[in-house]
Amino acid sequence: MIGGLFIYNHKGEVLISRVYRDDIGRNAVDAFRVNVIHARQQVRSPVTNIARTSFFHVKRSNIWLAAVTKQNVNAAMVFEFLYKMCDVMTAYFGKISEENIKNNFVLIYELLDEILDFGYPQNSETGALKTFITQQGIKGQHQTKEEQSQITSQVTGQIGWRREGIKYRRNELFLDVLESVNLLMSPQGQVLSAHVSGRVVMKSYLSGMPECKFGMNDKIVIDKQGKGGTTEDTGKSDLGGGSSGKQSIAIDDCTFHQCVRLSKFDSERSISFIPPDGEYELMRYRTTKDIILPFRVIPLVREVGRTKLEVKVVIKSNFKPSLLAQKIEVRIPTPLNTSGVQVICMKGKAKYKASENAIVWKIKRMAGMKESQISAEIELLPTNDKKKWARPPISMNFEVPFAPSGLKVRYLKVFESKLNYSDHDVIKWVRYIGRSGIYETRC
Amino acid sequence: MTDSKYFTTTKKGEIFELKAELNSDKKEKKKEAVKKVIASMTVGKDVSALFPDVVNCMQTDNLELKKLVYLYLMNYAKSQPDMAIMAVNTFVKDCEDLNPLIRALAVRTMGCIRVDKITEYLCEPLRKCLKDEDPYVRKTAAVCVAKLHDINAQLVEDQGFLDTLKDLISDSNPMVVANAVAALSEIAESHPNSNLLDLNPQTINKLLTALNECTEWGQIFILDCLANYSPRDDRESQSICERVTPRLSHANSAVVLSAVKVLMKFMEMLPKDLDYYGTLLKKLAPPLVTLLSAEPELQYVALRNINLIVQRRPEILKHEMKVFFVKYNDPIYVKLEKLDIMIRLASQANIAQVLAELKEYATEVDVDFVRKAVRAIGRCAIKVEQSAERCVSTLLDLIQTKVNYVVQEAIVVIKDIFRKYPNKYESVIATLCEHLESLDEPEARAAMIWIVGEYAERIDNADELLESFLEGFHDESTQVQLQLLTAIVKLFLKKPTETQELVQQVLSLATQDSDNPDLRDRGYIYWRLLSTDPVAAKEVVLAEKPLISEETDLIEPTLLEELICHIGTLASVYHKPPSAFVEGSRGVQHKRLTSSAGSGESVESPDTGSAAVSEAPPAVIPSQGDLLGDLLNLDLTPPTSTGPPPAAAPGMQLGAMDLLGGGLDSLMGDESEPLGGDIGGSPAMGAGFGAPPAAMPASFNAPISGGLDDLFDLGGGGMTMGTYIPPKTVWLPAMKAKGLEISGTFVRRSGVIQMEMTLNNKAMSVMSDFAIQFNRNSFGLAPAGPLQILTPISPNQSIEAALPLSTVGPVMKMEPLNNLQVAVKNNIDVFYFSCQYPISMLFLEDGKMERQVFLATWKDIPNENESQFQIKDCHLNSDAASNKLQGSNIFTIAKRTVEGQDMLYQSMKLTNGIWVLAELRVQAGNPNYTISLKCRAPEVSQCVFQNYETVLKN
Repeated sequence: MIGGLFIYNHKGEVLISRVYRDDIGRNAVDAFRVNVIHARQQVRSPVTNIARTSFFHVKRSNIWLAAVTKQNVNAAMVFEFLYKMCDVMTAYFGKISEENIKNNFVLIYELLDEILDFGYPQNSETGALKTFITQQGIKGQHQTKEEQSQITSQVTGQIGWRREGIKYRRNELFLDVLESVNLLMSPQGQVLSAHVSGRVVMKSYLSGMPECKFGMNDKIVIDKQGKGGTTEDTGKSDLGGGSSGKQSIAIDDCTFHQCVRLSKFDSERSISFIPPDGEYELMRYRTTKDIILPFRVIPLVREVGRTKLEVKVVIKSNFKPSLLAQKIEVRIPTPLNTSGVQVICMKGKAKYKASENAIVWKIKRMAGMKESQISAEIELLPTNDKKKWARPPISMNFEVPFAPSGLKVRYLKVFESKLNYSDHDVIKWVRYIGRSGIYETRC
Repeated sequence: MTDSKYFTTTKKGEIFELKAELNSDKKEKKKEAVKKVIASMTVGKDVSALFPDVVNCMQTDNLELKKLVYLYLMNYAKSQPDMAIMAVNTFVKDCEDLNPLIRALAVRTMGCIRVDKITEYLCEPLRKCLKDEDPYVRKTAAVCVAKLHDINAQLVEDQGFLDTLKDLISDSNPMVVANAVAALSEIAESHPNSNLLDLNPQTINKLLTALNECTEWGQIFILDCLANYSPRDDRESQSICERVTPRLSHANSAVVLSAVKVLMKFMEMLPKDLDYYGTLLKKLAPPLVTLLSAEPELQYVALRNINLIVQRRPEILKHEMKVFFVKYNDPIYVKLEKLDIMIRLASQANIAQVLAELKEYATEVDVDFVRKAVRAIGRCAIKVEQSAERCVSTLLDLIQTKVNYVVQEAIVVIKDIFRKYPNKYESVIATLCEHLESLDEPEARAAMIWIVGEYAERIDNADELLESFLEGFHDESTQVQLQLLTAIVKLFLKKPTETQELVQQVLSLATQDSDNPDLRDRGYIYWRLLSTDPVAAKEVVLAEKPLISEETDLIEPTLLEELICHIGTLASVYHKPPSAFVEGSRGVQHKRLTSSAGSGESVESPDTGSAAVSEAPPAVIPSQGDLLGDLLNLDLTPPTSTGPPPAAAPGMQLGAMDLLGGGLDSLMGDESEPLGGDIGGSPAMGAGFGAPPAAMPASFNAPISGGLDDLFDLGGGGMTMGTYIPPKTVWLPAMKAKGLEISGTFVRRSGVIQMEMTLNNKAMSVMSDFAIQFNRNSFGLAPAGPLQILTPISPNQSIEAALPLSTVGPVMKMEPLNNLQVAVKNNIDVFYFSCQYPISMLFLEDGKMERQVFLATWKDIPNENESQFQIKDCHLNSDAASNKLQGSNIFTIAKRTVEGQDMLYQSMKLTNGIWVLAELRVQAGNPNYTISLKCRAPEVSQCVFQNYETVLKN
């Protein structure tokens, strides 16, 4: 298991060092600094073996987190733990920075003591942790016996992510369907690969221990119902404004927050759970079929002699005209030996950014079924460099108010048998946001 | 409140000040002081001098202060064991506190204090805490047992904590169960043979129940533990798989990977024809793909594991090529791993896409990545024959970019392509020669020299080219020197007239001016060969080289199996067994996959590649010293070559393991039976063995163990009537064996294969001391005992001998498949002969498939594996044919009559678990039968068909 955990600043100074196992000596701290942080070459692997000691590291801004071990540990678990550790720290004191870590070092030691015992990760749900590890000192001494046992039963319990006795005057929940659409297109407009990775993020402000059931237009479920003869009006619950009339979508794979009963999903494909309080990620999913690609980029690059490039890029929006895309940004890479750029664009603003080796074209808003164009002349310095310019792909960023996968929330039912509110009393909000992931067109 | 100020105190006399503050009466001041101490401790200052003062602060009801003091204790107790005793009382008292959080804190901290005197006091509190009413305390105590075991294993055993820990597996709280499992697994690792983790169906059931309820981390502990269990039968392993599969949808990647590990392992137990098996395979792909959208570090772990998974079960991800395409912003470690997997998944179906991608990557910035991409193009050419031409032209395009390292890398792989497809792409040599000067890396130079030497006759100025290299001979690396020597000798043999001077020059450089023994030896060998027998020299140096195969970088199968058992762990990231990087006994037990006996492991997929060639490692592209291998081949003539062959050159290895040695040579002359391959550097050899179809070796490896079981299982099956026994034929004529004549046949009786022989002494003297040995063969046939000839055979006497055979011998593919090479020794000499056995010898008595299974399997086997044959002039009706075939363990499963045509559906199973399915069409009045054979290893079809013919016609 994990033998020790160190946090360093960008200079390689130790901010936090917690050793769990006897086989990890003090010199391990230095070994990592010398061989990884101060290494001359860029790090080639997130796992490093130095003198039979393995180091796993992740970086957050300029802070290094390293887990150390001498055993054959579960590597995936170590990384998951390091990410979780970052989440927990962020939940407690915000951004992970040198200052924040120094300011909260006592708290971090306390957390490390709780969430990692002898190198074995323990319950690390912030919801539960916050009940007994607080920044204002531990509540410990002033609690009643009931409160104490409530804490321990929550930390160890089957529903470790939610405490009992939550009360809201107004029961309300927010569902955000957040998708990032990824594309790699050939210069000729052929889709080389495309997929949507989506997340359903829920903010729940519900009293008691509500039992929830979530439904979406999953093809498998819809087909099953179709066969069963029940006709549900999917149109009525269509809360989104997508541009396709698709009834259902094929989900390649999905993963769930630990509150979801996986065996039930496996057998009936129904998503039922008792949600944590506040914001959390209910599920992640991936689709590859019938994706609505909100934008199409048509590049045209012409090399005029050895010292000049002519670039023309057309973007076309491909969704309902009534919808508006926002924060559109097209990034056209330029060669390293660029000496000057002239840009003309019909819409938005375009600028050559020498430090980023790219022309950045920004458009605030654009409606569906429109097109816009930019043309640029790039002057090049003559070089002796034989190596050809690699022509990195043109990338795009945007945000659209629908789900490019076509996913729609059909229902989210809430049942709380002990308290007197019903599904109808809960105020529900659904929002769809489609963003660009890695959205690239080769040129 | 900011704590960062504690990091900044660096003034002198600090320790003294702290001491005063620690002893202050004010609580706040005390706390501040302890914080300062901890901060100093973190940055590496020695604050051990404050030990007594800090311990004095322990007696407090302020939990935050207590935790800080405990943290200090854990760090310094070891250096001050005597003073640490001062803390014991507080610990013991805290273990009885009313607040469960404090009880747990005390027992948790106490376990971290590695001082013998303290551990003695720990036992009683720990015992209580293990039975505490609060699950939070119990789960902490469970881990504490592992801590204590690490300090003093004997104490833990004596105190009976292990039993208490085992009881916790049945605890009502899932988290307690998970921690107990984790602790037990760790303790069990240091006692490899103990029965600590006594996994039985009841405990497994408890674990599976806890799996649904505990935290994500607990699920990992439980799944990792489950992976060590061996289910009793396929039903149990199926039911475990069914309960584990829902974990594949967990958001935590480690849970997913551990679940994959359990499934990959237990899948081995499932019969391949089971519907569930196919379903399971399908379920594995999506979660593996999803792992690739995790954070980059996890992607890296996932990719290293996927690399193993695709080697073991390529069918899982064969349609998912696109997800492994490299993204521009991937970190370099992710890019390199993706590239590896792309090549593994490359096939005829997707090669166009793959090549387009690789070409794209070859223009990127990172040098390592670009090189690997270029190399990958070459590997595609070797792997997918149809794409070779496209690959070569892509490589030529890349050479045109004139980027130095791209050109060099391209030349290295083009050399391999020449090796794989001789006389096909020589037209590109001219282009390559243009870049001769720019090559500065030894590997590229050596490759180019090899090409020039190999094709010297087609390159007009070959002598000039090689001469130009010779100028700086001494500055070259050994690799280049060796290659240059060989190339010039080749050139000389091809164009002797103009190059005499050159060859003398290189020979003297190599033998007289070099102090490298390898180079000198090679030089001398050439020299002597050339001076004594130029014809022989030609045969040796210009011998046809064995072909190379694509699977050069596959992980060795036993290691692969072990790594599959370690999916998700560091071992799977390093691709090394834990013993390679873990000190001491921990985790060094070797894990193996257990497959179900006789379930036809090999049948699963013909394209596992030659991954499973157990005895014969796949051919390695000989980058240097290939000629050395060729040379050694010649020396193999004495049959005593038993030393372990270096694995570098396939040709040579083949020669060395052939126990028959050169004896076969004499046989070749007038024996009409084709022998698998010739020995000793003759041109035929390359063709015979160089490129075994990828599927065959795979089929022969795993089921060997099953073979023996089958023999015993079926013993009671009773003798089948009417087994066709081919008449004895003369295998070894007397004139070839100094008067010994051997004729014989093969029989299968009650599941036992026997070789029945008549040994006839036609010589003038008595023969005795008989022994028999087989060469490696396709199905691992080997004598099950010694040849029982008890009395000497006097002249003109003949004797009958029956030799029982087993199928557990070493395996090597023969041509034809059912060829068997035998060596017989007696007091006079050793004799060699080869014979062919009817493949029906290998048909098992339980070769009758279930109808449903037959249907599914028939559909499942791709159509390209189907072969059709005609059996002419057979005058049996379908029932008679069916009966006759049954005698040879070819079972009719169903019969259908369509338009006067009888269709017989038949199945048979080979000793190595390969199933062969057949459809025999018999038309009344038509003496010609049509037979369609389907098998996952289509190579056997020809043999099976011949067998049909012989059985039906006799």
